[in-house]
Amino acid sequence: MLWRVALSIAIAQLANRRRQTLVSMLGVALGVGFFIATSSIMSGSEQDFTQRLVNNAPHITIKDEFRNPTTQPVFLAYPTGAISLVRTKPREYLRGIKNYGAKVEELSQRSGVIAEAALTGQIIVRYANKDVSASVAGIDPAKEKFLTQVESDMREGSLDRLKTTADGIVIGSGMSQKLGLKMDDLATVIAPSGLVKRMKVVGIFHVGNLLLDEGQVYVLLKNAQVLLDKAFIANQIRIKIPNPDDAETFAAGLEARWGYRSESWQEVNRDILGLFVIRNAITYSIVSAIMVVAAFGIFNIISTVVMEKRRDIAIMMSMGFHAFDIQLIFLIQGILVGLLGMSLGWGIGRGLLEAVSTLKFTVPGMTERQGFVLDWSFRPYAIGGVFALVSAIVAAWYPAHKASEVRPVDIIRGAA
Amino acid sequence: MSEASVVVETRGVTRILQEAVPVTLVRDINLSVDKGEFVSITGPSGSGKSSLLYLLGLLDVPTNGEVLIDGQSTTGLDANALAAIRLRKIGFVFQFHFLLPEFDVLQNIMLPMRRLGALSEGDMKERGMSLLAGLEMADQATKRPDQLSGGQRQRVAIARALANDPLILLADEPTGNLDTKNSKIVQEIFARLVREQGRTVIAVTHEMDFAAATQRNVHLVDGRIVSDERR
Repeated sequence: MLWRVALSIAIAQLANRRRQTLVSMLGVALGVGFFIATSSIMSGSEQDFTQRLVNNAPHITIKDEFRNPTTQPVFLAYPTGAISLVRTKPREYLRGIKNYGAKVEELSQRSGVIAEAALTGQIIVRYANKDVSASVAGIDPAKEKFLTQVESDMREGSLDRLKTTADGIVIGSGMSQKLGLKMDDLATVIAPSGLVKRMKVVGIFHVGNLLLDEGQVYVLLKNAQVLLDKAFIANQIRIKIPNPDDAETFAAGLEARWGYRSESWQEVNRDILGLFVIRNAITYSIVSAIMVVAAFGIFNIISTVVMEKRRDIAIMMSMGFHAFDIQLIFLIQGILVGLLGMSLGWGIGRGLLEAVSTLKFTVPGMTERQGFVLDWSFRPYAIGGVFALVSAIVAAWYPAHKASEVRPVDIIRGAA
Repeated sequence: MSEASVVVETRGVTRILQEAVPVTLVRDINLSVDKGEFVSITGPSGSGKSSLLYLLGLLDVPTNGEVLIDGQSTTGLDANALAAIRLRKIGFVFQFHFLLPEFDVLQNIMLPMRRLGALSEGDMKERGMSLLAGLEMADQATKRPDQLSGGQRQRVAIARALANDPLILLADEPTGNLDTKNSKIVQEIFARLVREQGRTVIAVTHEMDFAAATQRNVHLVDGRIVSDERR
């Protein structure tokens, strides 16, 4: 009952100063609108980027390296002794992951985990008197499909054809253009070992990344082992797990167990993920500044109304309204302005997003025209709304409190 | 005079404004008003008439002494408790109408009823209309205050003061801002409220013919009661 009285008075007083209400409401609306647009662009691009990071590469890669040099046995034997070894150098060992078949087998047993042994190295692809150096990855087509996006980015042919063709090779669109190499052409592949092999193009992919499109080729694992002269050797185990967010702990577990350096996608992209944190902080501080300005608008209108309505406040108090009722009336006005601004801001935000989604522009390094990838979720709307309401309440609080401190006698005596 | 019929009483009420130089508004006021009395408070300007009225209406709190409303002491009550008593038992009419400009006449009258929340919406409307009808203002119910004449506004203010059927009606120079004709009308309304409805009215005025129309006149000089005569 009480809040209905307060609400009706609040609405009537706001309705009486429509223009000022509209202006302060617009302030909030623009704040909310820009907040939604900016944070949706920001979080959209972050999600898109993360998605690419996660999908374009395996979640975890076990490499044939060790994070730290092995400890000399003498240090283990005398942990407290003052021992110094001079001129030690790392032991030479055969590069490669030992017993990779069993490891892949074991990882594949776990539910939802896809593991693939791979061998990577450098080769040169020659065709019609032109050379392009490339990274070669010896893979298992059945598994690579799930580990990276290559299969879905195939323009022609497929990874599977590697299996059905003797000495097949999958190249990128950039290389295809550079060398004039087309489907079913025979390219000459030169390995560092000196081995030369003629391989048939069975697939052309187009990822959109120049580096990959020009410089990455795929062959079967066993072909890579022959080319690079590393029989029965794999230098990577590429793993996909059900939940990409678990990659770090999963990788740590593998590394603790087998000793090989296991890199999660987060570890590889730590710098980029760190940038996102900073970027978000920048976004939020800029948008908060807009909201602070909007809050001042609310503070302004409520203060004005309170100043103007001192007589009304006095008479309501003499009628028997409590100080709290008066405070409520003006708080409600602030909340109303906040709510109206919020709803209008949602509309503005939505409109801005619709407009932004039609934009297309060229990004250096990307071979296709790109637009903003937007986050269409409700999250920015919710955060913007909460932002608006909280700042409205905070802004209305002080003038509303001032209103509740009006002493009716002072006003009535002054008016008489 | 039986104790039960006393509706408002002051015992040794003094009000001192604590300013750089303390100002004594009223000093040692002992006043007791019975139900159904029509009392005028007169005195030269600055004699503390209005201050006394605000103390009687619990708008202000005495520095010393005690104000009793309906036999109950109000000493030591907090602002909310005082407001609650005002809401139920006291109706104010001021020199200026103080109607809320955003609301029409009926809504203005219903405001105290809404705050009290004792009646249904329909009953509040009905009561508001009957109050207006009693003041021959029923046809103005949907007008805004700024569409009314001064005398009409003051009548609406009286109707609003009566909204919650108060025990005491307090008027502070109710005719101070009106022409002679409207003064007469307002004055007659108060007299009728006392005569026909047995209401208690205490009015501050500086108009002698208003004071003459009341049954009892309290005269203040320099914050003290110098005469208290019943007629």
